[in-house]
Amino acid sequence: MDSVPKKRKSVSRRAFIQSVSGGAVGAGVVSRLLGKEPRPRPTGPGELEVFEKKRISFTVNGRKVILDAEPRETLLQVLRERLRLTGAKRVCNRGECGGCTVLLNGRTVYACHLLAVQADGADVLTVEGLASGDKLHPVQQAFIDKDGYQCGFCTPGFLLASVGLLAKNKQPTFDEIRAGLAGNICRCGNYQKIYAAVGAAAEVLRRG
Amino acid sequence: MKKEAIIEDPYLEYIDLANIGGDQAAAPPLPQPAQPKPGEFKLIGKYTPRVDGRKIVTGEALYTHDLVFEGMLIAKILRSPHASADVVSVDLGPALSYPGVKAALKLKDGRVKWAGEPIAAVAAVDERTAEESLKLIKVEYKVLPHVVSVDKAMAQGAPLVQNEGNVAKSNEYTRGDAEKGFKEADVIFEQTYKTSWEVHQPTETHGSLAKWDGDNLTVWDSTQAIQSVRDGLARSLAMPASRIKVIKHYMGGGFGSKLGVNDHTIIAARMAKETGRPVKILLTRQENSDCVGYRPTAWMTVRAGAKKDGTLTALTLKNYNCGGIGRGDRCSEPFTDVYKCANVKVEEYAVFVNTCGSRATRAPGHTQATFGLEGFMEELAARLSLDPLELRLKNYSTKDKGDTGTPYSTKGLEQCYKLGAEKIGWSRRNKKPGAGNGTVRTGLGMASQIWPGAGVPGTLADVKLYNDGSVEVDCGTQDIGTGTRTHIAIVAAETLGLEPRDISVHIGNSDLPWAPISGGSLTVPSVAPAVRDAALKAAEYLKGLAAKKLNVAPAEIVLEDKKAVSKTDPGKSIDLKELARTIPRPMPFHGERANMTPGFAYQTFGAHFAEVEVDTETGKIKVKKVVAAHDIGRVLNRQTAESQVIGAITQGMSAALFEEKIMDPETGTMLNPNLHDYKVATAMDIPEIVPIFADVIDDRLNNLGTKGLGEPPRIPASAVIANAVFNAIGVHVREIPMTPARVLAALKRKEAGK
Ligand code: FES
Ligand code: FES
Repeated sequence: MDSVPKKRKSVSRRAFIQSVSGGAVGAGVVSRLLGKEPRPRPTGPGELEVFEKKRISFTVNGRKVILDAEPRETLLQVLRERLRLTGAKRVCNRGECGGCTVLLNGRTVYACHLLAVQADGADVLTVEGLASGDKLHPVQQAFIDKDGYQCGFCTPGFLLASVGLLAKNKQPTFDEIRAGLAGNICRCGNYQKIYAAVGAAAEVLRRG
Repeated sequence: MKKEAIIEDPYLEYIDLANIGGDQAAAPPLPQPAQPKPGEFKLIGKYTPRVDGRKIVTGEALYTHDLVFEGMLIAKILRSPHASADVVSVDLGPALSYPGVKAALKLKDGRVKWAGEPIAAVAAVDERTAEESLKLIKVEYKVLPHVVSVDKAMAQGAPLVQNEGNVAKSNEYTRGDAEKGFKEADVIFEQTYKTSWEVHQPTETHGSLAKWDGDNLTVWDSTQAIQSVRDGLARSLAMPASRIKVIKHYMGGGFGSKLGVNDHTIIAARMAKETGRPVKILLTRQENSDCVGYRPTAWMTVRAGAKKDGTLTALTLKNYNCGGIGRGDRCSEPFTDVYKCANVKVEEYAVFVNTCGSRATRAPGHTQATFGLEGFMEELAARLSLDPLELRLKNYSTKDKGDTGTPYSTKGLEQCYKLGAEKIGWSRRNKKPGAGNGTVRTGLGMASQIWPGAGVPGTLADVKLYNDGSVEVDCGTQDIGTGTRTHIAIVAAETLGLEPRDISVHIGNSDLPWAPISGGSLTVPSVAPAVRDAALKAAEYLKGLAAKKLNVAPAEIVLEDKKAVSKTDPGKSIDLKELARTIPRPMPFHGERANMTPGFAYQTFGAHFAEVEVDTETGKIKVKKVVAAHDIGRVLNRQTAESQVIGAITQGMSAALFEEKIMDPETGTMLNPNLHDYKVATAMDIPEIVPIFADVIDDRLNNLGTKGLGEPPRIPASAVIANAVFNAIGVHVREIPMTPARVLAALKRKEAGK
């Protein structure tokens, strides 16, 4: 039986992050990942768009990443398309739904709404970095225990928004949970269970 | 006019979800294993967390959006900006010579009937290149007049959307004599109710990835229907179905919009063939908003005759429903079936306008119909000064076709009424609608529901035993977020004395044993009995092996706690793992969902009760609480069942208050094709939701006595809020979404005494 297509053989996500985590970026690694340098593209008679790339570095889930980003590239594109961290989802791609929520220096941001160059020097946490090894983060565990999802597509965004909320407010009331997650849409409509999960996780975190 | 003439999108073939698997009159009865007694189950009916929860919360669950192949191209579609036009010419040349573009396809010749209709497509090395190259395709259009509003389409001289005219009869039904029934009535009452175009907006937009290996095609698709996508692709590409495999592991919602093969899937397959490379295509949020369907509108004029005590003597419906260029939904069943009434007449018409065809939307037809029928019943009760619950009980039916047809095998609606009314505190309602004082008024309302949800006989599943003791279930169904993997694991584990996590569940691949679409509340009542059947056979086999080892009769053996144990002598037992070592090779056991016992009608039933607050100065509605009581037979997993109900009520409330696809009459395009302007319910809107299950087990239906739950809780979820608003302010808004403007207009209507 066929299963999920393998991630690219040449550079697996883990191998890539490991290979760049030492600090010195192998130029070969970057260009392998980016493919060939894009040629200038004619967009009409007499015009030529040239995208200057900017070298940026930031930490993702504790690993340092160095890459050359186009100024127009969003953090979501870099995470999903170049680092193969596909946990953050592209739902609206214009800051309306929270499906792409990640933590940037501990604050929740919409990764689709942030240019990658704005993440230069920052510390980024995605859903892939929430668990420590096999041990799930209490928020993750609570979403499983309380069925805080249905299709699961909004879940990574809700998880990060919840972690961001609980970092600021250790004992949120029900209304504070609702307000804290008001930037995330769950079209399956499982909000009631999501809030129950966040409440349960807050308790676990408080007990330590 | 032949029907084919207007079918351009495979979705426009009417998907009669309500009737799939429903007609069993001719089928011979198959023996049904005896139902386990309550309490006999360890897992079924309890709370079980999802077996794939860990994958979902770690981001490891891969959705079609997330898949990447070496050398993969990205395709994009050029869509018509005009709602009505003739395509004169399409020049792909400039796009094809754009660096990075690998293929381009012309998709349209002749008449374009809606803004967003595919004209051409490109496949390029990355998404941006594809997007940029689309701009280079030269299309010459001859723009024609269009119409996108229902009333304008029905008016004299409107631009013709379909050759047969803009209004066509789509359904009719008669029983008894409505005119005679009206003559017998003490009261005759008539009202018109309207629903809006409601867009599915799943979080994962539609998307497909196609890859060829010689003559064999594999497609990863964000779909509710892997088997139908395979069959649809085979037809569209004129190739053998046996050479196509469709895979869906995880999918971010569908709600009816992902039930068959899509244009973009066919495009991906064609382009992958042409380029020899994998091709992926993901729709944007805009395309998802205006190109892949929505719930058709319904304009329902309901008329009934009743005796003073509430007995219905006649009920008629005239409905104009609009599904764009498609035929829309059929809304008759709730009118013909929910209430006891001998004289019923239904006439339905499709109204055509220049928007994309509608698609099945969580409980197609029934949801709109229930808004009309149940709104009407609430108003009729007020007219007759009756308790709305009493009026419903007065006209309670125990047979289908409004008590004139086949007896229901089981019907737990009365229990649902009782449980729900008790939980909401029904006696707190305003005895006279609008009786309260002050600016903010409180009200309680109710609404009932029917939906088939009986499942599809013939659904297949295999249980495979390995000689290391591991167990696999193979079934060509899909989990669309309802928890199908977990339901399968629960049924197999229950039957074999194992834990859900001991079961490897293989689904989401069309090569696996056949199962129906995940739509129409079909999955649980089709798949679970098939798995149960296979697992019972596997259990028999294991019991036989154990009996030999333990030297007792097979009937003596039970499988529990991962052991085979003698019932009479619990000292005699053997670990299933150890027992499995004697299995010569992996042993498959084939299971099939059997027919239901003929001679009975099978339906799900439910009743919702809601409490709202309405600010009579601002027109704003706040939903405080919804109690949902459902008879869906045996509940397999209370945890996921509750989520189904909670999600459906959230969606129903969202439709009742906010949701509406708005078309611009000037340009013929959608004005709110995004999640900012197309409002859906979020955090601050949701009420307290209380799911209740009546637990009426239907022994005649299948070997688990279980029915579907996808649609039922969605059906009354908008109607109940409108009815609670009526009870609060004393006037029915009669049109959803109940925006503040519409609420204020209704209050004005009340003041004017209309
Ligand atoms: S995808 Fe970023 S907010 Fe919607
Ligand atoms: S679980 Fe499906 S969108 Fe939230």
